Amino acid sequence: MSTRSHPSAGAGELARSLALPRTRTAYSRQLGRCFVWLVLCAGAVVMMLPFLWLISTSLKETWQVFRYPPQWIPNPVRWSNYPEALTTLPFGLYVKNTLVITVLNMVGILLSSSLCAYGFARLRFPGRDLIFMVLLSTLMLPYAVTMIPSYIIFKYLGWIDTYYPLIVPNWFGGGIFNIFLLRQFFRTIPVELSEAARIDGASEFRIYWQIILPLARPALTVVAIFTFLNNWNDFIGPLIYLSSPEKYTVALGLATFKGLYSTQWQYLMAASTVMILPVIALFFLAQRYFVQGIVLTGLKG
Amino acid sequence: MTTIAPTRQARLSIRAREAIYGYLFIAPAVLGFILWIAGPMIFSAWVSLTQWDMLSPPKIVGLQNYRQMLEDGLFWQSLKVTMYFTVVSVPLFQALAFAVALLMNVKVRGITVFRTIYYLPSIVPVVASSMLWAWIFNSDFGLLNSLLQAVGLPKVLWLQDPTWAMPALIVMSLWGIGGTMLIYLAGLQGVPAQLYEAAEIDGAGKWQQFLHVTVPMMSPVIFFNLVLGLIGALQTFTQGYIITNGGPGNSTLFYVLYLYRQAFTYFNMGYASAMAWVLFVIILALTLLVFRYVGRMVYYEDESR
Repeated sequence: MSTRSHPSAGAGELARSLALPRTRTAYSRQLGRCFVWLVLCAGAVVMMLPFLWLISTSLKETWQVFRYPPQWIPNPVRWSNYPEALTTLPFGLYVKNTLVITVLNMVGILLSSSLCAYGFARLRFPGRDLIFMVLLSTLMLPYAVTMIPSYIIFKYLGWIDTYYPLIVPNWFGGGIFNIFLLRQFFRTIPVELSEAARIDGASEFRIYWQIILPLARPALTVVAIFTFLNNWNDFIGPLIYLSSPEKYTVALGLATFKGLYSTQWQYLMAASTVMILPVIALFFLAQRYFVQGIVLTGLKG
Repeated sequence: MTTIAPTRQARLSIRAREAIYGYLFIAPAVLGFILWIAGPMIFSAWVSLTQWDMLSPPKIVGLQNYRQMLEDGLFWQSLKVTMYFTVVSVPLFQALAFAVALLMNVKVRGITVFRTIYYLPSIVPVVASSMLWAWIFNSDFGLLNSLLQAVGLPKVLWLQDPTWAMPALIVMSLWGIGGTMLIYLAGLQGVPAQLYEAAEIDGAGKWQQFLHVTVPMMSPVIFFNLVLGLIGALQTFTQGYIITNGGPGNSTLFYVLYLYRQAFTYFNMGYASAMAWVLFVIILALTLLVFRYVGRMVYYEDESR
């Protein structure tokens, strides 16, 4: 947002310098704030209740689950729901599978989206902005349109029930959203830096690799985090392409779990908690990158 | 002359070189666009004109798939369901996210804690949140009915009653306002304070300040969130698949869920592709509508652009 001075900005300063007695407004303002605080508190309770319900249920015995009124703090606490739920289906394997897909996607997306973003942000060539707009417009394309033809193509390649359909496309550009995000960031890096390197005879690739990428570490971290979240959460991709249970991801495993044990809520909640925990942990570890990502993608759009 | 010519040539070649590098750098994205978007789109348009179960070779049937849609009751049902969800959940979602952002923009104590609490649900994987809400909506022992009973209200068969299943999914979607709320909050924090001060001097009350300063300054952000929310809502799938599997009585048969069934349960690849194209047209049309009627009201600070 621009901070350029507004014609009426002077008036505000004038009013402030007059320093009118404000005790009454200050009092009502205090009251207003108190009210806002209470409303936010009530909302926070509503937002937190599902989490508490999730954890509470995950620590109950069957008879405690089906009881009215519900007990928020189960007595006794049944920790063994966790190991039992996680071994009923091989969730350890699902975690490993998901991580394999995620890491491969992370490498592919970081490399290829930053390459493309460098081209769009730092180099001039005919048709650049037009190509970028065309790519950006694909954000409006529903995935349902490409889902079926892609499935058919992958089927003829013999890639069904492998991880290729979930990984290979990401190595081509890494998604326009990520390119867009990195391009925004690259444009804020002073041109003089690359000009100086160019005069010293550095190749474009070296400028990209040795100057731009190290400076763009925060933006790359944002992309890496979102890549993790997307892969950890993705459901429809694995649902369509994976059929052997030993290849399942966590999301697909959890959905299958519900089909098999639809009334064992304590197990379902334990497994769900395990799926949610890494995401929450990542948030607390990398909070500022989450916020940065939201600002980068939301505001400059 | 002989000294000028090489320089000019060199200068040209610097520009040409930059262009060549430019194309090389963006090549992955362009190739990806051709391989995974443009190519499949053309292929999909063709598939939509065929009858194809992937076992026998495709049979070209012209526009029959599109004609069949007109007579397919489930197609209309899925369209109705998706429209219901979109028309109710998108405005509610945006209004709630905006309202919470406004409250957060008031400097009160513990704002970072509030921000975290409101944001966290929005990053919960949709499979896990579907699982959790299926349990919350459980008619006998779920959280919601327990609370209703505690205050003396009757139980609601949230997921078994065709009237209540969709409202339940809409309530669930509201739990995820956090990300959008943060975008609004960042926008609100970017509105220059002088504008409010100036409005106050001019005698504008809080409500007028909201209408004449906050809303216009925020309109690009509102517009952005509205368009993204719309596109997302029209493609809802996972909740309907996991929680209700389209039921009860097809009351949550989302468009993409029905499309998925046509493609991967019945293997009607042609019909499913035709449905995908209809969805694309609907999304385009609605987005254009929003651009036309809402986009017009968007105020850009930098009008010279």
